[in-house]
Amino acid sequence: MTAGRAIDVVVGGLGGQGVLKASDILAEVVFSAGFDVKKSEIHGMSQRGGSVTSDVRFGQEVLSPMVPEGEADYLVVLAADQIEPNRHLLREGGTLLEPSLIDAASLASPRGLNVALLGALSVWLEKEENVAGRLSVEAWENAIRSNLAPKIHDQNLEAFAIGRRAAAERTAQE
Amino acid sequence: MSPQDATEDRLLLSGNEAIARAALDAGVTLGTGYPGTPSTEILETFSALGGRAQWAPNEKVALEVALGAAFVGARAVATMKHVGLNVAADPFFTAAYTDIPGALVVVSADDPGLASSQNEQDNRRYAVAAGVPMLEPSDSQEAYDFTFEAVRMAEKWRMPVLLRVTTRICHSKTIVRPRKAPIDKPEPRFERDARGRVMIPAHARIAHSRLRRKLGEIADWTENSGLHRTLDGESSLGIVASGVVAAHVREAAPQARVLKLGQTYPLPIQAIREFVRSVDRCVAIEEGDPYLVESIRAEGIAVEGKAAMYRFGELNVSRVRRILARDESPEPEPPKGKPPELCKGCPHRTAFETLRDMDCIVTGDIGCYTLGVLPPFQAMDTCVCMGAAIGVGLGMRHALPPEQARRVVSVIGDSTFVHSGITGLVEMAYNPPSTGHVVLILDNGTTAMTGLQDHPGTGRRLDREPADKLSFEDLARSIGIQDVHVIDGPGDPVAFRRLMEECLASGKLSVVIARRPCILAVARDKKMEQA
Ligand SMILES: Cc1ncc(C[n+]2csc(CCOP(=O)(O)OP(=O)(O)O)c2C)c(N)n1
Ligand code: SF4
Repeated sequence: MTAGRAIDVVVGGLGGQGVLKASDILAEVVFSAGFDVKKSEIHGMSQRGGSVTSDVRFGQEVLSPMVPEGEADYLVVLAADQIEPNRHLLREGGTLLEPSLIDAASLASPRGLNVALLGALSVWLEKEENVAGRLSVEAWENAIRSNLAPKIHDQNLEAFAIGRRAAAERTAQE
Repeated sequence: MSPQDATEDRLLLSGNEAIARAALDAGVTLGTGYPGTPSTEILETFSALGGRAQWAPNEKVALEVALGAAFVGARAVATMKHVGLNVAADPFFTAAYTDIPGALVVVSADDPGLASSQNEQDNRRYAVAAGVPMLEPSDSQEAYDFTFEAVRMAEKWRMPVLLRVTTRICHSKTIVRPRKAPIDKPEPRFERDARGRVMIPAHARIAHSRLRRKLGEIADWTENSGLHRTLDGESSLGIVASGVVAAHVREAAPQARVLKLGQTYPLPIQAIREFVRSVDRCVAIEEGDPYLVESIRAEGIAVEGKAAMYRFGELNVSRVRRILARDESPEPEPPKGKPPELCKGCPHRTAFETLRDMDCIVTGDIGCYTLGVLPPFQAMDTCVCMGAAIGVGLGMRHALPPEQARRVVSVIGDSTFVHSGITGLVEMAYNPPSTGHVVLILDNGTTAMTGLQDHPGTGRRLDREPADKLSFEDLARSIGIQDVHVIDGPGDPVAFRRLMEECLASGKLSVVIARRPCILAVARDKKMEQA
């Protein structure tokens, strides 16, 4: 890939689930950490409940804004029935972060799933050689605040923490 | 832009946001357009940044308004999706003949791959057909820089400039370093110049040769304009590309030498000739039509193109690899995602359930309600372009035997009606079918499909300030339609069906306005009220 290997994340789900919000938050976090970043998606009909995906690529230098098929390092999926239609985007050995990772009952609202899975992603990203130490929890929290309405800050920060705990448990098992 | 003009600021912007920001920084005093994916956010952002932005009823009017502003020396931008330029083509072609003291920048947002469009036309052809110089940014930084450049070129040659972007430029976020300070705005003032702006044949003949002369000058100028860049690589493979494709190319073939074109009409033919000479194999890689390949070959330069199968859809890194490998094997079908559907509680639902149950012949139109073609409704029989519901319905009524003609209903959304349905209604009153006709306006009080924009029928402007509200019922009556019904919803399916049956049976010309707000618009308005 590119110099210093870019990291490719695809977020997928259904319109209205906050796919684009999740990728906006991720893009902002890596952007403020000084990475080159490109984020791409198709929207337009996304409000009408159809499948949506959004690509975020970051690293020292990113070229195409689209994650090539079969090259995503991470696939974050917000709806169980959207895993299969998106699986081909993931590279061999890439990481799938799916809804079952999060205990839905622990979320204040099902709409927090996007941010909860970002919490999980944040734990995995810390293990990436090029990322380690560059994305603080505080930076994530700032990006969550700046992308969401104040009214839902607390529940989303909580969702983020839930996601981090879930990922920590999972990665400890691995 | 020269690097010393750049600021230390580093912003993560979509191409649309970058264009809006540049328009503001470049002293654009008026942004006008009509919503259309993927162009819509340009004006919304321009307005949010403090620029003066307004939605016109359609793209033709938008372009004319921008032209008027530029005629008196202002800098104006008109934005639209690719098919919008079809609507605005009439002023676009002749504006190219006129002498424009200000700046007229036309943004055409093309949609290769049909993310949200009814066709994948390639508007680079418009630049050639009209004789309008065209710039094509490859990321948000260039979207920013080229908007500045477009303003400068428009003023230098006193002619319109086309900024041609695509879905992936409009909706991808990449890093932008904006300029230090906004450049000064010119003071608009009127100066009479009938020869330059009144296109009677005597003036237009002269104007046409002036246009060709300007294009000749621009063709020379562009060679060393700094808009084109050669990215060094091995001499065994050279690639000519522009727009987002140039980014795919660099990733797919990092070893290749690349000529990235920033201006694609007129083309820098000398630069291309030298580039092709410098490499063993040269491939022009482009999305959509074989425009670059044909134009370069027409100059007697040998360049390889892509196989016909890559004319369809967007390009990406894998497809560029395949083009370079001359791989014409069938591409794997991506797994099918879930198609969009009308929201639960959408007021359009009852309308299509009823039309389905009545077995109407439905000439449809473009908007959220086009989803009436999909299950569970399957109640739409035609959809071609905005406004066509009415004309196509009338044509069917004229040609069909009466028992079938009586089943024809034209269905059109409120924004679409204002955009280009009004003239259809005039046609209906002027040339009524012998069986009468029924037009159903689904008035949900917004342009929902493109993200809830206002229009002349909503009573609000782009900046959400109150505006005069066009009354469809008064308009229909004044056009000469006697039988006008305004109903809620349709909230009551039984009453709605009865009304439609009566209208169809009456043999009269009827307009039924089904009025109930889009539920997403209601939610948005509630949120804004609370904030
Ligand atoms: C010439 C042209 N301009 C713009 C568009 C983009 N577009 C598609 S439908 C639509 C309007 C939809 O609004 P409305 O008719 O009110 O229907 P709704 O989506 O609200 O149901 C627009 C702007 C287009 N397809 N063609
Ligand atoms: S956005 Fe509005 S008009 Fe479109 S499907 Fe949803 S409720 Fe209906």
